[in-house]
Amino acid sequence: MNLILSLVVGTLFAGGIYLVLRRSVVKLILGLVLFSHGAHLLIFLMGDGLVKARTPFVRAETGVAPPDSADPLVQALILTAIVISLGLLTFVMALAYRADQAVGSDNLDDMTSTDQL
Amino acid sequence: MAHHLFLPLIVPLLSAGVATIVSRRRIWARVIAVAATLFNLGYGAWLLVTVAVMGRQVTQAGGWVAPFGITLMADGLSAIMLLLTALLTLVTIMFSFATIDARQERFYYYPLLLLLMFGCSGAFLTGDLFNLYVWFEILLVASFGLITLGGSRAQLEGGLKYVVLNLFASLCFLVGAGLIYGVAGTLNMAHLAERLNAIQEPTLVTAVAGFFLIAFGSKAALAPVFFWLPTSYHTPSIAVTALFGGLLSKVGIYALYRVFGTVFQSELARLAPLILAVAGVTMVVGVIGAMAQVNVRRILAFHIVSQVGYMAMGLGLASVAGLTAGILFMAHNIVVKTALFLIGGAAEHLTGTGELKQMGGMARREPFLAVLWLLASFALVGIPPLSGFFGKLGLIQAGVAQEQWLIVGVAAGVSLFTLFSMLKIWNEVFWKKAYSDLSHLPRAGAGLLAPAVILVAVSIALGLGAAPALEYSVLAAEQALDTAGLARDVCGPDSCDTVELAVAR
Repeated sequence: MNLILSLVVGTLFAGGIYLVLRRSVVKLILGLVLFSHGAHLLIFLMGDGLVKARTPFVRAETGVAPPDSADPLVQALILTAIVISLGLLTFVMALAYRADQAVGSDNLDDMTSTDQL
Repeated sequence: MAHHLFLPLIVPLLSAGVATIVSRRRIWARVIAVAATLFNLGYGAWLLVTVAVMGRQVTQAGGWVAPFGITLMADGLSAIMLLLTALLTLVTIMFSFATIDARQERFYYYPLLLLLMFGCSGAFLTGDLFNLYVWFEILLVASFGLITLGGSRAQLEGGLKYVVLNLFASLCFLVGAGLIYGVAGTLNMAHLAERLNAIQEPTLVTAVAGFFLIAFGSKAALAPVFFWLPTSYHTPSIAVTALFGGLLSKVGIYALYRVFGTVFQSELARLAPLILAVAGVTMVVGVIGAMAQVNVRRILAFHIVSQVGYMAMGLGLASVAGLTAGILFMAHNIVVKTALFLIGGAAEHLTGTGELKQMGGMARREPFLAVLWLLASFALVGIPPLSGFFGKLGLIQAGVAQEQWLIVGVAAGVSLFTLFSMLKIWNEVFWKKAYSDLSHLPRAGAGLLAPAVILVAVSIALGLGAAPALEYSVLAAEQALDTAGLARDVCGPDSCDTVELAVAR
């Protein structure tokens, strides 16, 4: 299962990078979306991976979580990262929409006015 | 437990909230912004002294014991950065009073500035790698808002590239943070330093360190991932450019110093030649890029890239002497770079354009502004006794002591080209005769000059008071590289591993 998930992460990264390198702003944003999904799944793999485990509640009598409990930290990390990338990607989309209105094009090659001398 | 470390975070956050509510009434928003910034400035000064007297300040968020909860910590480097962040925000706000468009000002300008200060302060105070990622995102969101505030075509074009490339760097950071958790099983910097320096299989750690190098390197605008900076920094209002130019790329450098000084200390020696090469290329590319430009702010933006190379050189020397000089140079550069943007920006504001060809005659029209420019640009180039001299001297001395001749040669040579660019602006903006009649232009009032005067005064003070500044930089560099002391301060007298095992048992 972990192997499949690793392959999924790799595919997401590859697709993300391919799309980021395209000229279209929409594809660029889709690339960032894929890349961020890849990053989130990668964090997930860095815990125990995809295994069947118990909820990580600490037992009152021993003060210790059962040994086969899942790693709660990675889930907290992913949740934080998902929320952040949701907000940022929303901002990028709004920005791209405004840029498209101002420039009248979806092509990054038409957006070079700030680089020209 | 130094719970006071929460204050410089809570105050800007709450003030940003209040300033958002009252943003229709400009006066109130201004008062709140200045008050919050003054508080952080005072706190930063106090923290600077406290760290020097009492050593590293540490507290745990929510009272969770060290390697489990989120650690906030302040050492000399954090204190310097916190103080300079507040100083820059303050002068930026002062400069905005005189320059910024009233509509932009009402459009949540001050809340965004305060959130930027909030994010930067958090990044300088956190002792947790994932938390650092979160702070980076907070300051990025605020900077996204500021760089596109106004919504002109240039801002949207430049802003899009700024946003996308920074987002990509953030994702690299996130991947790195995820991988490091997989390798070491912790995200607390003190704990990470302890574990990674003892790890048996260094190849994987080197690969992960590469992710961090790319992430922080592109936030710091190191070559070859600096392109977002010169394409976007000249597009927003002058005050915003000045703040970004002074502060934002240095947050990336701070993160490099922090993470490679502690967490990846064992990797630093291995990666040092690469970092030095990157630093040298960055210096050269930045300074050559600046030579081609014919706009005040765009020349200065390329010089940010060039100067960041010097700071990376401080890290690449991988020694206390190198890091000391790097910190001293960074402190100087944060102040002087912003001063140059404010002075050049003031000339641009008065003339109504930043294109060198259409400017001129400013030395006769505004002699005081011209004197400020000369002082700040000489400080940037590194002419004694101004502040830039001692940082560069330290870097070159450290390089010579470690026999890194190539980087020493590049660093010295790039200084000459920096002088060339500064003189180009001097000639075109201040010295040459004006083509048009300047008498109808507005005069530079106290509101336009005061921010630059403050920064130039700080720069001169840093130069004249170089001995204490250097002493403090030594302290900051030693603290930043002292992983054993860090683990002791964060996790208590036993190691972080001991604390974790004790709880697990």
